[in-house]
Amino acid sequence: MLEIKNLHSSVTDDSNIKILNGVNLSISPGEVHVIMGPNGSGKSTLANLLMGRPDYEITEGEIKFDNKLINELPTDKRSHLGMFLAFQYPVEVPGVRPWQFLKASLDSKYEALDQEKISVREFNKIFEKNVEEVGIKSDLIKRSLNEGFSGGEKKRNEILQLKILKPKLAIMDETDSGLDIDALKVVSEGINSMRSEERSFLIVTHYQRLLNYVKPDFVHVLIGGEIVKSGRSELALEIENSGYKSYIT
Amino acid sequence: MNQKNTISRTTDLSNKDYKWGFSTNVDTELAPKGLNEDIVRLISSKKNEPKWLLDWRLKAYNYWTDLESKKEEPKWSMINYPGIDFQDIYYYAAPVSSEKSPESLDDVDPEMLEAFDKLGIPLHEREKLAGVAVDAVFDSVSVATTFADKLAELGIIFCSFTEAVKNHPDLIKKYLGSVVPYTDNFYSALNSAVFSDGSFAYIPPGVKCPMELMTYFRINTEGSGQFERTLIVADKDSYVSYLEGCTAPMRKSSQLHAAVVELVALEDSEIKYSTIQNWFPGTKDGEGGVYNFVTKRGRAEKSAKISWTQVETGSAITWKYPSVILKGDNSVGEFFSVALANNYQQADTGTKMIHIGKNTKSTIVSKGISAGKGNNTYRGSVQILPKAENATNHTQCDSLLIGDKCGAHTVPYIEVKNPTAKLEHEASTSKVSDDQLFYLMSRGLSEEEAHHMIITGWSRDVIKELPFEFAVEASQLLKVSLEGAVG
Repeated sequence: MLEIKNLHSSVTDDSNIKILNGVNLSISPGEVHVIMGPNGSGKSTLANLLMGRPDYEITEGEIKFDNKLINELPTDKRSHLGMFLAFQYPVEVPGVRPWQFLKASLDSKYEALDQEKISVREFNKIFEKNVEEVGIKSDLIKRSLNEGFSGGEKKRNEILQLKILKPKLAIMDETDSGLDIDALKVVSEGINSMRSEERSFLIVTHYQRLLNYVKPDFVHVLIGGEIVKSGRSELALEIENSGYKSYIT
Repeated sequence: MNQKNTISRTTDLSNKDYKWGFSTNVDTELAPKGLNEDIVRLISSKKNEPKWLLDWRLKAYNYWTDLESKKEEPKWSMINYPGIDFQDIYYYAAPVSSEKSPESLDDVDPEMLEAFDKLGIPLHEREKLAGVAVDAVFDSVSVATTFADKLAELGIIFCSFTEAVKNHPDLIKKYLGSVVPYTDNFYSALNSAVFSDGSFAYIPPGVKCPMELMTYFRINTEGSGQFERTLIVADKDSYVSYLEGCTAPMRKSSQLHAAVVELVALEDSEIKYSTIQNWFPGTKDGEGGVYNFVTKRGRAEKSAKISWTQVETGSAITWKYPSVILKGDNSVGEFFSVALANNYQQADTGTKMIHIGKNTKSTIVSKGISAGKGNNTYRGSVQILPKAENATNHTQCDSLLIGDKCGAHTVPYIEVKNPTAKLEHEASTSKVSDDQLFYLMSRGLSEEEAHHMIITGWSRDVIKELPFEFAVEASQLLKVSLEGAVG
């Protein structure tokens, strides 16, 4: 599904700042991959670069999604292909209601797929059901997108979008950071409920604790813009015990 | 009730270019270009006006001539334009078919009806269902006023200004110039001298007007100025919501529009006045476009409320300050505005809130959007006069910049002569952030859709004040007006 080959990147405004230095990663349908690493290792850059954030530039290598080269593909088109990024810091958009935003997102998806848009009534049902499941207060969701949301509420809102947009590949950028235990459970339940044979996850995280709730198929350690070690879920525990020191050369 | 006529008026706004850019081949009767006393007399006699009105026009004309000879056009606003040659303008342009007032829609020139059709104004029976009575001003002569009969049952008067002069001279004599005297400013003097038509509405005591009253203004004749007058009187304890829409065809030369709107809200009444101004903004290179110099003001008596809401997307130049004189105790004034300046557009707009009565309260929410090489200025004045005990004002003015060649300016004047007043002023300037765009695009919205969503969201505090169908149109207009500025 996702095929990353020898990916190098730098900051768009300053090509001297190199962030990724030859990342290789392959994700098949249904797999859950976790990327761990210390601060500044390039984890978030990788997540954002996959979604096409203009701040970063690919200098070498390629990203393929469903066998299609997407290096130059605009962000919205990547979304239409079935990619999704849950943000580390979801941005506030004053005056835009979450309902309106998600309906427009879903409409754009169906439009890209040449399918009929769902009716307002039908969307309402889906929306309300999912709002309840992720535990966002109903008065909050009537306000502006992420405005006045606590850190936990913003992350719940990301899970809400994940559940409604149903992407093929969900990239979770430190969705677990800064969460209390209840919100962490909601996030992991959200991920687990969305796991399926067709859907893959790429979870970027600092900590092992999310992995108490979400069992990954593979764990990768990213340091200095390279994947220095890959393994099964035990690797996460190893890191939890001994830190990243042993991988830093 | 409002929602019923949404569909007919909001379709088809997605065209890339200025949608209203067609002109109509209706035979037009033109007075010679230029302005002199004879033209003023001609306009007045064409309308069979009573002598007192002609005299009033002539006084205004003399006042204006004096100002003009001293070159006293207002110069204090932040707009640049080549001087207007006031002798190179047609001051009277009437469609010939309206020489005799049409008895019914059948008598109206079909081409004109077609033009209204293109404008999305349904002058048909379905209107009645929609709950909007439209008074359409084509160039300067009012064509047909719908639903006057239905409104008449309630004692509501809604007609063209000319008819009002004929049929309700006492009301006109009493209120004309009572809020905006012809001596008010250069353009109000000009308008008072040469206004050719406009709208008049009167709501009797205790009546809540059951439908939105609407006037559509449109400039058609090339080189003609448009000088319409609107007068709305809400008698004691009455309510009316009034909508105003404006369009003009594309012309390479600039066109002058100098209107006057007067609102009189008597004790305990409420007037809600909403405008969507979409005059031709000029080409992308800044050619042509409407020069919009408008004086709008309302007077609120005891416990009355006047609320202005405007979405200004058109005109090459906008010079407009819908204001409220809070004369009566406990009266309320509101001003909600979204003004957009793209390409070479210049908008200098805002409001004046003049607090005279006790416990008067005003609210100002101004949103200025600048894009391309557009320049947007908020100019507002809040005056608390000595007897205005416990007056309050809240002002919020926000600017949004798109690109790095546009400008946003905020010029608030505050004058407080009573120590019990409470005033708050908030201002902000922001840009559409890359983070917001990336966030919305990551969910599948195109760059343009994302911009549109961010901008209408940012303007929501104002747009939500509009009647529903107008709100939809306003949102679409913002989108159309910004095409090319983003992406």
